[in-house]
Amino acid sequence: MKERLQDYIPKLVLSPSFFLILVFVYGFIAYTGYLSFTDSRILPSYNWVGLENYERLWKLPHWWRAITNLAIFGSLYILICSVLGLLLAILLDQKIRAEGLLRPIYLYPMALSFIVTGTAWKWFLDPGIGLEHTMHQWGWESFAFDWIKDRQMAIYTVVIAAVWQSSGFVMAMFLAGLRGVDSDIIKAAQIDGASAFTTYRRIIIPLMRPVFLSAFVVLAHLAIKAYDLVIALTGGGPGQATELPATFMYSYTFTRNLMGIGASSAIIMMIMIFSIIIPYLYSELRTGVKR
Amino acid sequence: MLRKLMIGTVLASGLAALAHAQDGGRVEVLHWWTSGGEAAALDVLKKNLEAKGITWADMPVAGGGGEQAMTALRARVTAGNAPTAVQMLGFDILDWAQQGVVADLNDVATEEGWDAVVPDALKQFSKYEGTWIAAPVNVHSTNWVWINKAALDAAGGKAPETWEELIAVLDAMKENGITPLGHGGQAWQDATIFDAVVLSLGTDFYKASMIDLDPAALSGETMREAFARMEKLRSYVDDNFSGRDWNLASAMVIEGEAGMQMMGDWAKGEFLNAGLTTGEDFVCIRFPGTQGAVTFNSDQFVMFEVGEDLQAAQKEMASAIMDPTFQIAFNTVKGSVPARTDISDEEFDDCGKKGMADLAQANENGTLFGSMAHGHANPAAVKNAMYDVITRHFNGEISTDEAPAELAAAVEAFK
Repeated sequence: MKERLQDYIPKLVLSPSFFLILVFVYGFIAYTGYLSFTDSRILPSYNWVGLENYERLWKLPHWWRAITNLAIFGSLYILICSVLGLLLAILLDQKIRAEGLLRPIYLYPMALSFIVTGTAWKWFLDPGIGLEHTMHQWGWESFAFDWIKDRQMAIYTVVIAAVWQSSGFVMAMFLAGLRGVDSDIIKAAQIDGASAFTTYRRIIIPLMRPVFLSAFVVLAHLAIKAYDLVIALTGGGPGQATELPATFMYSYTFTRNLMGIGASSAIIMMIMIFSIIIPYLYSELRTGVKR
Repeated sequence: MLRKLMIGTVLASGLAALAHAQDGGRVEVLHWWTSGGEAAALDVLKKNLEAKGITWADMPVAGGGGEQAMTALRARVTAGNAPTAVQMLGFDILDWAQQGVVADLNDVATEEGWDAVVPDALKQFSKYEGTWIAAPVNVHSTNWVWINKAALDAAGGKAPETWEELIAVLDAMKENGITPLGHGGQAWQDATIFDAVVLSLGTDFYKASMIDLDPAALSGETMREAFARMEKLRSYVDDNFSGRDWNLASAMVIEGEAGMQMMGDWAKGEFLNAGLTTGEDFVCIRFPGTQGAVTFNSDQFVMFEVGEDLQAAQKEMASAIMDPTFQIAFNTVKGSVPARTDISDEEFDDCGKKGMADLAQANENGTLFGSMAHGHANPAAVKNAMYDVITRHFNGEISTDEAPAELAAAVEAFK
């Protein structure tokens, strides 16, 4: 009897959260999926229209702009964050003084929400009040940095702000990874006469492979769902220069009264995220079994 | 007299209703008038209702054009618990009416003769299939230009009346070393200027392109001219304009950093709050070439279908909104003009008087049009499709030659 109860208790305790997630996450994913096949406009409707919403979605220049921007933003964001994070972690791992003070400084931006980051960087990058203005006041009249007002360059300011926010977090992940490396391996390499650079390039960085993978998954999903940062930083502008799929989805669903198209763009975003998460989970689970 | 009519209305809606009106009655009002002046204006209505024993349950959802408010409303209606009255603009009203969730105000409207005093162009939104569903609070017109008087004097001193004169003034301001056009690069602000530019190319053209969505007008030579004018205006804006809020652009004109702003009459509030006087410190004119025509947007309180116990208070509220004293009190504060044409303009300033005269004239001549930029010419989907093209063109992403065809295609996709 007691053993039976012990068998049941974990299941019993987990069941409410399981049920809530089933309804409020997967249930609503299914509902959104259903809406993407209907002619819903201002309120949900249940008129089946097949793939029409998807056809219209992929014909919209606005959507293509959002996808292109995501490609630029996502790849640069992931790349720069990983490189910068790794570099910072390696430098911090040199047994330097005051590491305990430096680490939180780098990590601190992560404690801010993207809205705060976006607003702060908006002011900082604004040519009228921010960096450019200050430089002019200090006498460097020719200094120009107006990317945020330039439709070709504005998407890169989103990258800058996002990298500032997240690279400290990636650094923490790598730092944990570096601390986990067996010091015997490093000593063996030193005895074999490897330089510090070679040790890192040939031994330590390859050992960081699982950390790279985790960082990639975390950063990729942050990139795909990026919404608040863009809204605070540029509002999608100048023009539509910094629209991302998430801002597109919100505007079509809630302000343009085209819920069907909004839902179909949400489903596309979900497919993108799943196509990253599922291979990751698969590889994780497989290695888990091997051990 | 009107008090008596109101009491009559209550009596007409039956004893039960009367009992409810006396024991309080309650209206729940969803709106986005949260900034100082707006909130003060709305407070007038709240006080009037409270004097009648009606409780006012305030449900403010802040956010400029009411986007957040509409999202909140969607949730409430989907849950089957609609507020009594909701502040709303233009085609949103008709979209909600189509969902069959709004109340019928015909008995109040007939009793008080709304049909005779509300301009026809407004009735297009306040009435759905012959039924009154909303009480209009105000009429804003959007084809205004607000000019800093000192900057104008320095640039020749004569308010421009044609496109050519406008360009001459803008050029002179540029030479004087100020930003000629104070503007904020947000899609709706770009579209507000576009509205006026299209209207300046003829009222027929405005109707054909913006309201009837005639593909030939949208993609034709006149539309190319409209985009060419937008491109010209773009050259008078400072480099740092994108994303700037409209009231900051007004501030630039107030401080003399910029010469003029093309904005609806809500901008007047900014000038007055800064202690400026109409005619002395700033000048209000219609966008050159649009005198006699008015593009408007109108805030209305849409009444939603509520339980019987709340209906009496709802009708009281509708009637209180249409009350001439309230319309005067509200609109002198808000900067707009009353939504009824039978109100004396005594208490309004010069710009307000001009606005009321222009509105009455445009109403008579059939040149009173819903503003495209403010969702009174076509549904949200079409409006935003137009925004996309206008703002992309204004920011230089598409050329003036390509823009008309893009506009026609974008509209076609969402019609």
